[in-house]
Amino acid sequence: MEKKRDIVTMDHGGGGRAARDLIERCFLSRFDNPYLNRMDDSAVVTLGTDRLAITTDSYVVDPIFFPGGDIGSLAVHGTVNDLSVQGARPVFLSAAFILEEGFDLADLERVLDAMAESTRRAEVSIVAGDTKVVPRGRCDKVYINTTGVGLVEDGVHVSGSNAQINDRLILSGSAGDHGIAVLSQREGLRFDTELVSDSAPLNRLVGEILSGTPAVHAMRDPTRGGVAASLNEIANQSNVGIVIREAAIPVKEGVRSACEILGLDPLYVANEGKILVFVGPEDAPQVLETIRRNPLGREAQIIGEVVSTHPGQVVMKTMVGGTRIVDMPLGEQLPRIC
Amino acid sequence: MEYIDEYRDPGVIQHLIHHIRHLSGRPVRLMEVCGTHTVSIFRNGIRDLLPKRIRLISGPGCPVCVTPVEQIDQAIVLAQENDVILATFGDLLRVPGSNTSLLKQRGQGADIRIVYSAYDALSLARENEKKEVVFLGVGFETTAPTIGAVIQHARQAKVRNFTVLSMHKILPPALEALVESPEIEIDGFICPGHVSTIIGAGPYEAIAQKFDVPCVIAGFEPVDVLQTVHLLLQQIERGEASVEIQYRRAVSPQGNLRARRIMEEVFEPCDSVWRGFGSLSQSGFQIRKSYREFDAGHRFRITLPRAEEPEGCLCGSILRGLVEPPDCTLFRRVCTPENPVGACMVSSEGTCAAYYKYAS
Repeated sequence: MEKKRDIVTMDHGGGGRAARDLIERCFLSRFDNPYLNRMDDSAVVTLGTDRLAITTDSYVVDPIFFPGGDIGSLAVHGTVNDLSVQGARPVFLSAAFILEEGFDLADLERVLDAMAESTRRAEVSIVAGDTKVVPRGRCDKVYINTTGVGLVEDGVHVSGSNAQINDRLILSGSAGDHGIAVLSQREGLRFDTELVSDSAPLNRLVGEILSGTPAVHAMRDPTRGGVAASLNEIANQSNVGIVIREAAIPVKEGVRSACEILGLDPLYVANEGKILVFVGPEDAPQVLETIRRNPLGREAQIIGEVVSTHPGQVVMKTMVGGTRIVDMPLGEQLPRIC
Repeated sequence: MEYIDEYRDPGVIQHLIHHIRHLSGRPVRLMEVCGTHTVSIFRNGIRDLLPKRIRLISGPGCPVCVTPVEQIDQAIVLAQENDVILATFGDLLRVPGSNTSLLKQRGQGADIRIVYSAYDALSLARENEKKEVVFLGVGFETTAPTIGAVIQHARQAKVRNFTVLSMHKILPPALEALVESPEIEIDGFICPGHVSTIIGAGPYEAIAQKFDVPCVIAGFEPVDVLQTVHLLLQQIERGEASVEIQYRRAVSPQGNLRARRIMEEVFEPCDSVWRGFGSLSQSGFQIRKSYREFDAGHRFRITLPRAEEPEGCLCGSILRGLVEPPDCTLFRRVCTPENPVGACMVSSEGTCAAYYKYAS
């Protein structure tokens, strides 16, 4: 029998366990350094007296135009958010484009218009860029890679490894909007829905949270892999247990229905405009109020807390009173057969 | 949401638990046959709510899990043919064959597409006239009628490049095999809800009478499952063994006659190999001679040697309800959703996958 060759599979890009294993096995082992090893959404480095946050991301969403957004605005929002949840004020972005031969210029301009608008909304500037073109079929219309740089104020220490026992866990709004909105447009799966992606820049909201209470311990924007992936990451990074209550998790009716039909779990579906905030119990009510005052956080809820039992594990009290584990997703969620 | 919220009502659930606790004290083993029930029971934490004397055992109601290794190998061989587009439901992608999986083959260039319905596979055939589209027909009586309907449609539309590899299974023979076997004691069956929307209550009558085992057809929400447990316990207490329909909003006693007609016109029962059971008489569906042009098994003659179950894998015993995943030495240590050894870990409704994902 010929030797089995390991190959990259779609699961490696799903934001779940397979992705993490790949990162640990292939990337971390080689690029090993204390900044990277923390595996936060952004790296916080010291330059002189300032602390800078740096993040990078690639955007390959399909379709490139979806209800509530497009690949361009997604790229800006996603990068801004990765900086914000690290406690940084986003300032500069770079944007590199890989374009497929044959891609409609009108569509490219539509994407770029959206990006420009997003940078204005988020108050950041794209200060460096690059463009490459590849032959037809070598990429899917357009791929965008970004790097984001932000400034971290003194006294702000927000990290996935910083969650404390007894912290309250706040989710800023409904889970699963983005993933379902995108899925509704995929070939072979079109369904009617009023759902739109929640893609939005969260820096202003984060700024409001931090100006009131610098004692926020951890934040995350739950993108690929959903709320479940982010909670598992933090439980692992901080070596704590997390308990959440199913009844407290806001989910839009349309998302719930779509998930019921497809056999998906909203906890595992991507978001692009929500944050998870870990904050001490005394500060939690005030932070909740602050979030709810912002248009992007009207539906915020305290959904759980950090515990000392079952470190590294996320457990959920179900709506019917039982308990179950909320495991790290494996890879891509596949709608069920029967 | 209609038809769902009422069946998740915490008040009703408490009420049912209360009644269940009040019934007689002897230990009872109930088999929940369907994979969707396995998942629902876990996701809602139902075992936590029931008294310890009531044991819920998982059964073979996961069509992906009971598909034997050699059928996966067959699908893989087909996918490797040059002009074939293999269309499949997502669940089959990661099931390990003897040497590889459909997912890995796709990564190496085989044209394998995930579809959400057999109709999509037919569309693929129409859009790719120079290719042969083979659809993997997997599932119980729930999916067979829809696939039968698509085959009929393909005939009407004169599509020449579309075939189905029928791996369909019929559920009642497996239930009979379970109850007949001396290996395991089953005091009652929580019968599959979706299969029953098609076949109705009739096929369970024989099992109830011949083997003196109560059968209740259940829906999938927590109230459905608890109500079903309650009905089964009541029958056991009264010494009865009959078939009841709890899932009345979806299942009628005669089932879906139109679906059954389509199923019977396109398919006929045949002996079939089930992972964990070996060959069961009249337990699978094959495409009838009258629809032979749509039978992939006929168009592409593939003979493969009988495949071995992977060493140490207890899928077979798990599907028969003899052991639970934690009893398997491979569980969690070697066999995980990323590196599954057996099908029960792959399918989203596989017993091992459910235990791995939800059980502490």
